[in-house]
Amino acid sequence: MRMPSAEELKQATKSTCKRPMPSQNPEERVHHFTEVALGYTEEDALLEAARCLGCKTEECRQGCPVDIAIPDFIKKIKTGNYVGAALKIKETSSLPAICGRVCPQESQCEKYCVRGKKGEPVGIGRLERFVADYERAQGTVKVPEIAPANGIKVAIIGSGPAGLTCAGELAKMGYSVTIFEALHVAGGVLMYGIPEFRLPKDIVQADIGYVRQLGVDIQTNVVIGRTMKVDELMEQGYQAIFIGTGAGLPNFMGIPGENLNGVYSANEFLTRVNLMKGYRFPEYLTPIRIGKRVAILGAGNVAMDSARCAKRLGAEEVYIVYRRSEKEMPARAEEVEHAHEEGILFHLLTQPVEIKGDQENWVKELVCVKCELGEPDASGRRSPINIAGSEYSLPVETVVVAIGQSPNPLIQTTTQGLKTGRHGTIDANSDGQTSRIGIFAGGDIVTGAATVILAMGAGRKAAAAMDKYLKS
Amino acid sequence: MYQILKKQELIPDLMILFEVQAPLVAASCQAGQFVMLRKDEIGERIPLTIADFDRGHGTITVIFQVVGKSTQLMAKLNEGDYFLDFAGPLGQPSHIEKFGRVIMVGGGVGVAPIHPIAREMKLAGNEVISILGARSHDLLILENEMEKVSSEIIVTTDDGSYGRQGFVTEVLKELMTERGGIDLVVAIGPMVMMQAVCDVTKEVGIPTVVSLNPIMVDGTGMCGACRVEVGTDTKFACVDGPEFDGHKVNWTLARQRALMFTEEEKRAMFEHHNEGSGCRCGCHQQKN
Ligand SMILES: Cc1cc2nc3c(=O)[nH]c(=O)nc-3n(C[C@H](O)[C@H](O)[C@H](O)COP(=O)(O)OP(=O)(O)OC[C@H]3O[C@@H](n4cnc5c(N)ncnc54)[C@H](O)[C@@H]3O)c2cc1C
Ligand code: FES
Repeated sequence: MRMPSAEELKQATKSTCKRPMPSQNPEERVHHFTEVALGYTEEDALLEAARCLGCKTEECRQGCPVDIAIPDFIKKIKTGNYVGAALKIKETSSLPAICGRVCPQESQCEKYCVRGKKGEPVGIGRLERFVADYERAQGTVKVPEIAPANGIKVAIIGSGPAGLTCAGELAKMGYSVTIFEALHVAGGVLMYGIPEFRLPKDIVQADIGYVRQLGVDIQTNVVIGRTMKVDELMEQGYQAIFIGTGAGLPNFMGIPGENLNGVYSANEFLTRVNLMKGYRFPEYLTPIRIGKRVAILGAGNVAMDSARCAKRLGAEEVYIVYRRSEKEMPARAEEVEHAHEEGILFHLLTQPVEIKGDQENWVKELVCVKCELGEPDASGRRSPINIAGSEYSLPVETVVVAIGQSPNPLIQTTTQGLKTGRHGTIDANSDGQTSRIGIFAGGDIVTGAATVILAMGAGRKAAAAMDKYLKS
Repeated sequence: MYQILKKQELIPDLMILFEVQAPLVAASCQAGQFVMLRKDEIGERIPLTIADFDRGHGTITVIFQVVGKSTQLMAKLNEGDYFLDFAGPLGQPSHIEKFGRVIMVGGGVGVAPIHPIAREMKLAGNEVISILGARSHDLLILENEMEKVSSEIIVTTDDGSYGRQGFVTEVLKELMTERGGIDLVVAIGPMVMMQAVCDVTKEVGIPTVVSLNPIMVDGTGMCGACRVEVGTDTKFACVDGPEFDGHKVNWTLARQRALMFTEEEKRAMFEHHNEGSGCRCGCHQQKN
């Protein structure tokens, strides 16, 4: 392993640029599903850590939803104490290997980094990933001390980042924790949504293995609301319940032609590809069909993931169709960059209005109109206005609708007295307390589709509140 | 892991019955619901309507027809073997109440899901007349079981090898004219059959319930693969159904959507043959 010289480290402190992430080259990587970003080497990490000024004001922390002691962990990297750095992060975050890969750092910690005022901010996410991967590779991930079993049963519904984190925290406090998961594997979106080339599944599995090591029992294939109801769990002696069922309900646009053959929701498309390993069909038996030309409607992470999966499945041309401009795209900056590198074509300021099919009901073309941006709306984003007479059609064989997900209503409709919000979310306060005593909720089911780190943070907070509730 | 306690080849290599140990599903399931199962790590998630259940023993009975690679592989499982995954009960239960005179129409493997519904309908005090249809006698299943839960049963075969020759719709029309007073029709079977039944009952306005089995992935409402058009709405069959008002179903769309992966399925079958697995499913006959 090459180590930076003192001179190189000194130079690095002055660099206005983030050390680039070693990555597979785009021509090569579009043919398979292995991870695109390869991760910093030790040398990269030391040189990038050298750029951190260790500001007393710790501006970066205010951008972190879970308040990771960022300057402290980077300081440990500088001294070569990588495991110590990982442990520092783990004081407030449960899933650093995952968050280092999928957090929108540019709108969180790195947005506030002082170095970002003149040049690029410190690559905090890349450093987080480095120490988490280092710790895992060393096999030094230790099971922390677990409080003596207190015999109190708690149930967690859903095994996404919110549920897994809440379960892990409660297990450490000595509770007897059972997770109920509807699908056949644990992990939620981390397993069924985010593709292997962005978040390798063995990393997710390692984190799930860790939660199991803490003593958490994970029961898959249990659909709460159908197999058992929330109230039945209560009757079975679970003294507190955490609902982390996410936002899994796919939204459609409501335009003509959405039920044609060849139109997928992003959830269907990604579930076939990732969860069911459709990209290895027919070795794996779940099929996925992809046209030569594919239109992805939307421009969030889900859309970028769908576009890049489509490319890897062999589509010749993949379009992102989005009604606003590049600046408003909700996806992580790195995903957009990777999509560009991989040859995804962007039809921006473009509103899909109809999907047309052939006689046998197969998608043939996507009809679009061009837009311009009007005044900012309530959310502060400039809303698109269709330009009259600008209609055109884009020949495609596959359309993936990736315009967002809503909360799955199953628990809400089968549990009495659970207050819900306007968009089908479950009402909960900042501790996760819902309108029913003993029932807590957090993650996307409360916020609507958001981020992994917010879901994880909500799971931790709820665990603390549940502990307090159970002890009172 | 979910153990297979009993296997019965209702029709050898074609129509298979499994009784599976799944106590949680058995405890809460009702007629009309379905399960999602997966044979092994490489398997698809397959939806199967519940054909019977035994709460006391914690078992669920499923019956399926061998139609593609996944079902062929499943058919090779034996008593004592396991399904890796078995989730349910999913979907809405059948709406059971005392309607009066109820006609149950089951075609092919559709007789399996009709059976528990007929039983519940009878228990609720209905007069249950069952019409069972099959292409030929050797393809008829569950005749005895249906006898037990029906007030009356009429069998039709397309080739006349058993019962009456002809289609279920002819019998249905006769019942409508000769007896009248039909309060509800429940039809489950091939899509053409369900549509034909609906065409017959729609004219005279007899409420008709059908059970749709579109392509599914998760079966819990998170993918929309199972969308069907009912009236002016798009519905997810796995959570809003599987039963719908047959008069409102857009059959053309439903039939076309069922063909979404035919080419891929052919490809899977092709590779299956080239594996030299010596399958006995009879599919080699379809190859040429
Ligand atoms: C394709 C895609 C890409 C994304 N990319 C990013 C990204 O780059 N960065 C980022 O920060 N965020 C990203 N997100 C968002 C992020 O994944 C979610 O905000 C996060 O996973 C929410 O966590 P959660 O625990 O609340 O729910 P989920 O991860 O959705 O987990 C919910 C779990 O509950 C289970 N469940 C649901 N109903 C029931 C029930 N009735 N009974 C039992 N179990 C049930 C579900 O099967 C699921 O496993 C992405 C999302 C998607 C879909
Ligand atoms: S099968 Fe996925 S929503 Fe119905």
